[in-house]
Amino acid sequence: MDFQFSEQQVLLRDTLSRFAREHYSFEQRRKMIDSSELQSAGHWRQLAELGLLGIPFAEADGGFGGNMIDIMVVMEEFGKALVVEPYLANIVLAGGVLRRVTDDAQRAELLAPLIDGGQMISLAYVEPRGRYDLSEVRTMAEKSDEGYVLNGQKIVVLNGSSADRIIVSARTSGVATDAEGISLFIVDAQAPGLTRNGYPTVDGFRAADIEFDGVKVAKSAVLGPIGQGLSLLEAAIDDAIIAIGAEGVGAMDFLNKTTVEYTKARKQFGVPIANFQVLQHRMVDMFIEREQTVSVLYWAAMVSALGGTETQKATSALKIQLGRATRFVGQQAVQLHGGMGIAEEGAVAHYFKRLSMIGQQFGNADFHASRYASLDALRQRDA
Amino acid sequence: MNLEFTDEELEFRGEVREFFAKDYPQDVIRKSEHWFELGKSDYVRAQKSLFEQGWAAPNWPVEYGGTGWTHTQRYIFLKEMGRCGAPWVIPFGLMMVAPVIYTFGSDEQKKRFLPDILSSDAWWCQGYSEPDAGSDLASLRTDAKLDGDHYVLNGSKMWTTMAQHADWIFCLVRTDGSGRKQQGITFLLIDMKSPGIEVRPVITVEGGHEVNEVIFDNVKVPIENRVGEEGKGWDYAKYLLTHERTMVADVGRSWYNLERLKRLSAQVDAGTGTLLDDQVFRRRITDVEIELIGLEYTELRILSETETGGAPGAESSILKIKGTEIQQAITELTFEAAGHSAFPYQKGRFYPDWSEKPIGPEFASVAAPRYFNFRKASIYGGSNEIQKNIIAKAVLGL
Repeated sequence: MDFQFSEQQVLLRDTLSRFAREHYSFEQRRKMIDSSELQSAGHWRQLAELGLLGIPFAEADGGFGGNMIDIMVVMEEFGKALVVEPYLANIVLAGGVLRRVTDDAQRAELLAPLIDGGQMISLAYVEPRGRYDLSEVRTMAEKSDEGYVLNGQKIVVLNGSSADRIIVSARTSGVATDAEGISLFIVDAQAPGLTRNGYPTVDGFRAADIEFDGVKVAKSAVLGPIGQGLSLLEAAIDDAIIAIGAEGVGAMDFLNKTTVEYTKARKQFGVPIANFQVLQHRMVDMFIEREQTVSVLYWAAMVSALGGTETQKATSALKIQLGRATRFVGQQAVQLHGGMGIAEEGAVAHYFKRLSMIGQQFGNADFHASRYASLDALRQRDA
Repeated sequence: MNLEFTDEELEFRGEVREFFAKDYPQDVIRKSEHWFELGKSDYVRAQKSLFEQGWAAPNWPVEYGGTGWTHTQRYIFLKEMGRCGAPWVIPFGLMMVAPVIYTFGSDEQKKRFLPDILSSDAWWCQGYSEPDAGSDLASLRTDAKLDGDHYVLNGSKMWTTMAQHADWIFCLVRTDGSGRKQQGITFLLIDMKSPGIEVRPVITVEGGHEVNEVIFDNVKVPIENRVGEEGKGWDYAKYLLTHERTMVADVGRSWYNLERLKRLSAQVDAGTGTLLDDQVFRRRITDVEIELIGLEYTELRILSETETGGAPGAESSILKIKGTEIQQAITELTFEAAGHSAFPYQKGRFYPDWSEKPIGPEFASVAAPRYFNFRKASIYGGSNEIQKNIIAKAVLGL
């Protein structure tokens, strides 16, 4: 058992923190998210040059053979600086599906441009009626002579408007909420019948709603075994939960430190408000919530390699802890900053917004508590 | 970063499991499982079985009889011990006074006291709190005056756990009241058979006898029973308190009690299904379980830092806060699981020799008392509010 980061991971952290210092001052970031174009292409190219886009992929696929601990290191630094590059969308979500595809040729073709930063790929899996249930898929893929025809609607596709290709979940058999019969397809974003409606998100990223109206794809567009796409999707989402867990831990770190500094500097009634015990204990509670999240995160990241029920339980546990911690730390940081906490021109408000979204991205604590309980019941039964 | 155990560690875990399944007194485990009170002889027998195995003092240096385990082995040991349902180790000798003696005591004191602590032939209790010194421990007033070759002690200690069984008590006493209150405190080791000591039971909320008031009326304590220097007792006490904090997390036992709670809830009929099927109740169990996972890895992270050279810092206060919150949450949920069956009050249930038939389900007969009793956890060992003060000051720099 070992809780130390490797030398390489420490280096990786330094690299990222330098990147954030150079490109992600609060003012730089604000300009970025205010402009209609989200991330500057320059940043993405730079991340590619630093080798960061290849981290989770096998060396045979042109990647660096890293694991979720490495992703955790990256995302924690991104969280500290509130980086809005589409790393989660491309590398963790789309990449999470693609790196698990067993067809070597398909993987080689799709991953190379993703790793070198030449192409962006988004994962379109959320539907208007599905909420957090990954098996709630109503988008239909009907078999045709050449392949499949896709009809349906996906919402809140992260980075969807900038993507060159879209991975979409669609039903090849069964009815909505069946675990079986879900297949994944890779679709050109310019394909006829595909329309995107892009928009900024409340936390500074960009997303798109995507309509599929008779979009034709070839047989070769199927990723993984037909009808068995759910497990690929689940695995990618479990990766993504660990990623946003780390991002949340980074963001909470920033907020906790900022809040301590602010209360030491802010004077009321003739004294720094940090002198008040009620505020001191609040900040201790914020500190403990983050530490507990770090602990669950480490566990989840370390068991992620196992796959299966244990990984799913761990990511749900992480999501429950994250739900509680992000709410508490976000709200209390705002509270302790007083009016300054709700000013748009202050950093706190932006961290609060991102943390709020992390709380319910990929399922809120309620959803994951049910998932955790049913996975636990499964374990009890098998024991 | 990885969670894997080495082959040696897995083998060690097997050894620990086998020990607790065979050589450790099984009747003690059974009593403890059902939340029965253990008597002194139960504790001593259990502890002696560990001593015979050479496992009595995982936290001690090898030269005094420690096990020389790595932090991973210690973790495995404590976790297995907790998860098999074994009772806690009475900490006052092995985990509290012993580290003070081997760190600050004289060679004579080490020779005289450590072997009996290791073999559980001497039962110790802790004389810290006083009627007027709780969270503000340094304001203690038990007075010790040097008179030739001994101190004369007058005053009283409060909330002294299991003093009724104790052969020895370690005490913080005041030898000088003139300076800052943290100065002038001295650490004494006192024979409970000394003339002038009176132990008065304090019955706690559930009806049990766990704690006492210990009164000192002109008690003579030989000067050779003073640990370290006169007036330096506060430093030794602070050292001891960090030891106490790292141990209160009690993760293994909380896992045991949480799994027990699930098992019991699955037997409680709640109309259309069992209580465990009840979404709202299940959610509350899950929330505690997630806290416990967090605590387990927080403890491992802290241990890992100490292994690589760091000292357990004020972060260990997290273990006290979260550990006790979780223990309390589990006793509270177990109490709620009992429903109306929590009402019958069978006072003898909290004494070691109880043999009556429980009224209602067995677990329910002790669910409320245990819940009542465990409100102590966030109060003892430096209340959780004091722990927050420590984190605020030492970690956050407030």
